[in-house]
Amino acid sequence: MSELPKARIATASLAGCFGCHMAILDIDERLIELMKLVDVDRSPLTDKKRFTQRCDIGIIEGGCCNEENVHVLHDFRRHCDVLIALGQCAIMGGLPAMRNAIMHSDAPLRECLDEAYITGRYIRNTTHNVPNDPALPLLLDEVYPCSQVVEIDYQIPGCAPEGDIIFDTLSKLLTGRFRGFEREMIRFD
Amino acid sequence: MSGTKKETGFSFTIDGVEITAYAGQTIMEAADEAGVYIPRLCDHQGLRHQGSCRVCTVKAGGRSVAACTQPAAPGQAVENETKHLNKMRRDLVEMLFHEGNHLCPICEASGNCELQAMAYRLDMTETTRFPYLEPCRALDASHPDIALDTNRCISCGRCIRASQDVDGKGIFGYVGRGIHRRVAVNGESLAETDAEVSDHAISKDVCPVGCIIRKRVGFVTPIGEREFDNGLIGHEIEEKRK
Repeated sequence: MSELPKARIATASLAGCFGCHMAILDIDERLIELMKLVDVDRSPLTDKKRFTQRCDIGIIEGGCCNEENVHVLHDFRRHCDVLIALGQCAIMGGLPAMRNAIMHSDAPLRECLDEAYITGRYIRNTTHNVPNDPALPLLLDEVYPCSQVVEIDYQIPGCAPEGDIIFDTLSKLLTGRFRGFEREMIRFD
Repeated sequence: MSGTKKETGFSFTIDGVEITAYAGQTIMEAADEAGVYIPRLCDHQGLRHQGSCRVCTVKAGGRSVAACTQPAAPGQAVENETKHLNKMRRDLVEMLFHEGNHLCPICEASGNCELQAMAYRLDMTETTRFPYLEPCRALDASHPDIALDTNRCISCGRCIRASQDVDGKGIFGYVGRGIHRRVAVNGESLAETDAEVSDHAISKDVCPVGCIIRKRVGFVTPIGEREFDNGLIGHEIEEKRK
């Protein structure tokens, strides 16, 4: 297999807690094995901010809560042959999606921001304003799962997914042997 | 009693496996005894059968029936673990996820939740084709020992049957029709009912999801030791066959 050219992978963290990227590191020493098969392009792990060339696999953590997330996700879809949604937030919005419905309000985003910055009991915000610097990405009305924004090829469930399922899926995809997950591996949401 | 049972016993098959059943047993009861697991959500041991979630749908004589309510019949050929049936079950479970607000990472039932475990068993890993309805539903924390987070309710009615038949109280009941049908409490709030934390309806196993919450005991079991962390739902039934 060593004569195969190395595959390229890219990763991004959108509206997530970076826990899924930590879970990628939970692959532990098998990372060495994985790195024999891949080069890492755009990713927080390499600190590359832009794609240098087309990638075979893109891994997305987190859903879309602002317009920058949407731009990044479109960029990944354009540059990656296979796109993987990693973890609950990328799959169904996860914790950030709590603001979609649980606020019991006609304007859940407004109520969420008011409580976080103005009316919350433990808030100390001397400006009494919701941050609105032009450099901040515009928030979306709702948090969207990745699959509602672009086509997603595979989803790896878990919060966060275990290192085992990430390694198993990636190594099988890279060698063309992926036939779905082992049932015992899908757990820990 | 066992003597008379033996006299009336008959056999039928599930996926080609011969099962012995006794008069009056449902397909699921006979399957459970024989160590064949049929997925289910609204059915629970010790409660009367309801047949509403349809996750236990099997093919008997070519017709789709709810295994928890359909009596077993001699010589019947029942299909259970088929690609078609499991796909239908997966769609049903997926729609339950979409109908409420099921956020596993923040739910104290995670790892002990039958809905979540069923999704795992049925391999619900593909990109969804349904929209999330994201309804606004109430949280009732009025009771000193019990909370109800109806965002997670799947209207299985297990608490209704447990409260009526086992506790003799009738704290829970259905209200509304069709997709608007919900489980409600017999009062303005739970605090105004005679619900007690010692009721069978409030016990850990009756609510399959994280809707009925016993206060001050959340997240006691660490990840890795929860009910479904190390075994698929139904494995304890399947182990009877081994």
